[in-house]
Amino acid sequence: MNVTKRTFDAVIVGAGGAGLRAALQLSESGLKTAVITKVFPTRSHTVAAQGGVAASLGNSEEDHWHWHMYDTVKGSDWLGDQDAIEFMCRKANEVVIELEHYGMPFDRTDAGKIYQRPFGGHMSNFGEKPVRRSCAAADRTGHAMLHALYQRNVRANTQFFVEWMALDLIRDAEGEVLGVIALEMETGDIVAFQSKATIFATGGAGRIYHSSTNAFINTGDGLGMAARAGIPLEDMEFWQFHPTGVAGAGVLITEGVRGEGGILRNSAGERFMERYAPNAKDLASRDVVSRAMTTEINEGRGCGPNKDFVLLDITHLDPKVIMQRLPGIREISIQFAGTDPIKEPIPVVPTCHYQMGGIPTNYSGQVVAPRGSSMSVAVPGFYAAGECACASVHGANRLGTNSLLDLLVFGKSAGETAVEDVKKSTRAHKDLPQEAIERTLARLNRLDTQKDGADAHESRLAMQRTMQNHCGVFRFADKLKEGVSKILEVQQDVQRIAIKDKSKVFNTARIEALELENLIEVAVSTMISAEARKESRGAHVRDDAPDTPERPNGRDDTNWLKHTLWFKEGNRLDYKSVKLTPLTVPTIELKKRAY
Amino acid sequence: MDADRGARLRRLRWHCRRALLELDLMFQRFWARVGDDLDADGEAGLERLVAMEDHDLWDLVSGRRETDDPQLRSIVERLRQA
Ligand SMILES: Cc1cc2nc3c(=O)[nH]c(=O)nc-3n(C[C@H](O)[C@H](O)[C@H](O)COP(=O)(O)OP(=O)(O)OC[C@H]3O[C@@H](n4cnc5c(N)ncnc54)[C@H](O)[C@@H]3O)c2cc1C
Repeated sequence: MNVTKRTFDAVIVGAGGAGLRAALQLSESGLKTAVITKVFPTRSHTVAAQGGVAASLGNSEEDHWHWHMYDTVKGSDWLGDQDAIEFMCRKANEVVIELEHYGMPFDRTDAGKIYQRPFGGHMSNFGEKPVRRSCAAADRTGHAMLHALYQRNVRANTQFFVEWMALDLIRDAEGEVLGVIALEMETGDIVAFQSKATIFATGGAGRIYHSSTNAFINTGDGLGMAARAGIPLEDMEFWQFHPTGVAGAGVLITEGVRGEGGILRNSAGERFMERYAPNAKDLASRDVVSRAMTTEINEGRGCGPNKDFVLLDITHLDPKVIMQRLPGIREISIQFAGTDPIKEPIPVVPTCHYQMGGIPTNYSGQVVAPRGSSMSVAVPGFYAAGECACASVHGANRLGTNSLLDLLVFGKSAGETAVEDVKKSTRAHKDLPQEAIERTLARLNRLDTQKDGADAHESRLAMQRTMQNHCGVFRFADKLKEGVSKILEVQQDVQRIAIKDKSKVFNTARIEALELENLIEVAVSTMISAEARKESRGAHVRDDAPDTPERPNGRDDTNWLKHTLWFKEGNRLDYKSVKLTPLTVPTIELKKRAY
Repeated sequence: MDADRGARLRRLRWHCRRALLELDLMFQRFWARVGDDLDADGEAGLERLVAMEDHDLWDLVSGRRETDDPQLRSIVERLRQA
């Protein structure tokens, strides 16, 4: 079958913060640039980000990129690449001020400078004391960022393909990426986008878990497409969990609730955090609180008929405080937990929040994969940025507000590198390999013609439950092993999903089935990578790798100071070393991660 | 149901894919309850609702903000009840 072909200098998949920042670089340099997105750009998940974006501007008090770098390396539990981290922290001021010039309405100090707020993990003078480093636009930082970037792109003539879903990467026999194949939702048409540069900025895949703070759109499509095209996924065992998602719904209850005096209680009504963190108690760091909650649940002290959540209690607070300082929390609790928090505590569970791993890139935004004897060779024509990519700056654990920064810095640098590469190449577009297109068409055809297939809804639920129960906040060797065989079974079901609705126009059943085919790749890579990593590091915490004097926090630098690479073919794992040498400053030496 | 209306409703369903999980969940329940029974006025109201920015929409749905517009009020009410 022949599909229509459209030709561009560059094609970007994704119109969140990372995609829009990359697109701007390309369009403003005069290249013919297309952005493909499943939803209208300003409805991308970046809109949900409220906390802010990190930059050591030093507007409120003295700050330095080197301190920010130290915090990021430490936060990453030394799994982050120090060259990329230096690059990001040094570039932060530039990209934030650029955004200000694009019209981003940052909060301001009386003197008219960008106002900066404190945020967990931001410290001055190499971990000494908290510093105000987060720049925000009221509680709509992500939203304001997307609007500023979108307007600027419209001005630069970026061509948007809204409500189009990219299905697969087009990669030829030499391994060069030549574009993507995509589905137009409005018509059901399949179109090949031919390009000299293809940039993935498809966001995260938090929907692999049953309890997730991520919107439904976060289905890891970029990761699925990369994996099917033979590109490995890096460090997929590392997922950040937020301690307080509403049980059963996932909606995030901000840390501010505990800041105002909210208390976590188990089924006996006990304030259990006093046992785990006698000083900080309910305000201990995210991972400590999440693990304590999981231990309570695992040891039978959870609440509810299935004993599978704990309670966040604010009934002792003055209702006026709740209404004034915690607006929205009451409504969230009533809507999604069915309880009024003024009268009854809110059921909460640790909830998947952010994906640290992804498509491997270097700090120039080029996708890199092993080739010959080298572990990191650029894949020609292919770039990635944002939550779908792994640069790797977040390593085993991300610092709050570093993600929005990652979008800006690596969106821009992926764009810059792509501009250089496209301008350098004198060759015409290569022919598109028909086999690559046929493979996608066969996948679509299978979905449309499958008889007696599996149900997408049930398979998705099975995947999410398996991930939650076997690969959650706290991990156990036997559960992980069992999880691997279970998730591979679910994968088999996903391969034979059937849809009843065969219509062409906005066939949401087909779209959701295609999304599930991507999610399952992410789930399998996560489970297999997690089962294999026999240490605790950052967000990956194993019961059989506890805190000992030889291995602080269970971290095993002798054997595991390395990045995981998972390959779809044969579910093979490989490892590559962590870049411990920064660009200009000395290495930040390994230390126990303690706050 | 005629093919055009079917397509219109599926399109509306897709426009209920939002940036905020809160809204995704509200719309999910709404469709499970109301589904294809949505009447013409409801459809028109929903069309207008999904054209809003996510945070404004959530303010409306969560009761932080009110609207005087009867069509929007009625669809917001149905969303909250679902
Ligand atoms: C509730 C919440 C609060 C957060 N708060 C903060 C914060 O305060 N500070 C911070 O730094 N980080 C925060 N984060 C994390 C941060 O928001 C995200 O990591 C970041 O916004 C991801 O941006 P992105 O550009 O990579 O992807 P997204 O914004 O998710 O955009 C992905 C884009 O890809 C498109 N897309 C995906 N698949 C396809 C496909 N197959 N075809 C076509 N298009 C596709 C989508 O349409 C979308 O346009 C928060 C996250 C959550 C969930």
